Amino acid sequence: MQHDDVIWDLIGNKSFCSYKVKTKTQQFCRNEYNITGLCNRSSCPLANSQYATVREEKGLCYLYMKVIERAAFPARMWEKVKLDRNYAKALEQIDENLIYWPRFIRHKCKQRLTKITQYLIRIRKLTLKRQRKLVPLSRKVERREKRREEKALIAAQLENAIEKELLDRLKQGTYGDIYNFPIHAFDKAMEKQEEETESEEEEEEDEEESGTREFVAEEEFEESDLSDFEDMNNLKGSSDEEEDAEEQSSEEEETEEELEEEKTKAKSKGKTPLKGPVRKKRAYVEIEYEQETEPAQKSKAT
Amino acid sequence: MDSNEATTSESVSKKKGKTKKVKRKVKSDEAPVQEMEQAEGEETEKKSESGPCFPPTFSVSEIKNKQRRHSMFLKLKEEKRKQKLELKKKKKKERKALGDKAPPKEVPKTIENQRIYDETTVNPEDEEVAFDEGTDEFSAYFNRLTNPKVLITTSDRPRGRTVRFCEQLATVIPHAHVYYRRGLALKRVIPQCVSRGFTYLMVINEDRKVPNGLVLCHLPDGPTAHFKVSNVRLRKEMKRRGKDPTEHVPEVILNNFTTRLGHSIGRMFAALFPHDPQFVGRQVATFHNQRDFIFFRFHRYIFKNEKKVGIQELGPRFTLKLRSLQKGTFDSKFGEYEWVHKLCLYCIIFSATHLLIRIL
Repeated sequence: MQHDDVIWDLIGNKSFCSYKVKTKTQQFCRNEYNITGLCNRSSCPLANSQYATVREEKGLCYLYMKVIERAAFPARMWEKVKLDRNYAKALEQIDENLIYWPRFIRHKCKQRLTKITQYLIRIRKLTLKRQRKLVPLSRKVERREKRREEKALIAAQLENAIEKELLDRLKQGTYGDIYNFPIHAFDKAMEKQEEETESEEEEEEDEEESGTREFVAEEEFEESDLSDFEDMNNLKGSSDEEEDAEEQSSEEEETEEELEEEKTKAKSKGKTPLKGPVRKKRAYVEIEYEQETEPAQKSKAT
Repeated sequence: MDSNEATTSESVSKKKGKTKKVKRKVKSDEAPVQEMEQAEGEETEKKSESGPCFPPTFSVSEIKNKQRRHSMFLKLKEEKRKQKLELKKKKKKERKALGDKAPPKEVPKTIENQRIYDETTVNPEDEEVAFDEGTDEFSAYFNRLTNPKVLITTSDRPRGRTVRFCEQLATVIPHAHVYYRRGLALKRVIPQCVSRGFTYLMVINEDRKVPNGLVLCHLPDGPTAHFKVSNVRLRKEMKRRGKDPTEHVPEVILNNFTTRLGHSIGRMFAALFPHDPQFVGRQVATFHNQRDFIFFRFHRYIFKNEKKVGIQELGPRFTLKLRSLQKGTFDSKFGEYEWVHKLCLYCIIFSATHLLIRIL
């Protein structure tokens, strides 16, 4: 026998209902035929022998009805009526089928139908738009790639490669006359030979100023261990020549840096690219001192 | 050796785990020793100076007890390390003894050394390659008919990091414009770009608030390259960086793009930048390819003398890895793929067949 009140008394309040989901503020009903989704006396499909719902399957809405006459036949209990695709017509159909039914159920059925049609429309709209595809990443592959990238970075030696490329381009002359460096090694050697003769006179003057020749020579000797091996290769023989070379190179640097300073001043536009790396500025300052204590400063610079 | 033979029959696989202290015979190490001198070792306890010896047929993994197995393994490792060290010392002594007559030091093996020669490597004088390059999609650029104009955009709803990355890219690449995506489909964006004279479309894909993909599409029907982006460093995260890049056109360096595929990708990168770099600006953008990873760097350089150049990094840095190269403009489903990385092949096939099934 169908004693709705007794059933509700048990499953609603006192005993257990497997469809009930309790949260802090509310109770929900997980039953698939429930019309509102809440656990109420009027919404419970188990505790109401006359009940109706609207459900959606594959884009079509159906009206399900349950009456007390079929309560004994669970297989035939729910009557399924296919509703029209047209929203207005579907509403009329609901009215037609649920005529003389309680107001609450009729109203809730229509509300549910409305909601369902709204979300179906949304689904159709979204499928036309671009959809985000989630591509799964394989963790192993990602880890492997990360490690390989690190190793490739180390093997690449980027700064060296870039510097080499830039120097090659300078040698080839792609920069034209912007930088006034002598390009060929021959020219370099020639220049150094010329400057040796020039600087000999200057050297004498320096020696007179500083005093002891031995002091200078010793410092030179130490430096030959520390200084650039490039200089060593280019120059031959005695420490005198090395001395000369270093003096010359310091002079060269001086002139170069003066040139560059001029260039930067000439270049200054709205957005000044400015001076360049900080190191350059420091080097320029050192050179001012170099005339007095050249060799000592040289070792620090290299 | 007789006593050994007597004990082997017992000892083979059962008496394990007991610490083996065996006489070490240097010669016996070299010759295959079949017996294990366990019982003997325990009785006599002759510890030689060089420690325990492990005959080759015995393997550490056969010991069932974990602790003993572990200790045995450690001993094995120790021994191997010692052997290696001795070998090294010996070699060093020999080198010293020989002095000048010593053979030259061997070059260590690296991946770059050991690589098999790739047949698709481009020979600079190759006629076929030259002909192809004369008639491909970039020929217009390389013949100085078009100037590059780049449109940079992102995937939907970009987060702060991606937006900043786009902005910085726009400063690095001259004539670049950043546009907000607004949920537009790329298929509709592309004809609009073409009509406005853009030559490149760059879409930066974002995942979890970080840029992770780059689609580079050459516009008037050009090839589309899809890259994986990693290790993005924005300007303020750089150490010792300089001031912001100026408006000067930078130089471009493309390193190690040797094969046919590399060549086409290299040309793609080259066509991003205008033809005539302004050397006054002293800026250089580098694409360096190493083991299929393309590292992008942006520097300012200064020549201190003819042998030394100083570089200072400005600008963002990131690494790219090519995932696929498509012939036409961006079309993920029906595109004709020139090259696909093997790990991405499955995704592409899957998406293509999925679509076909739906239509049917």
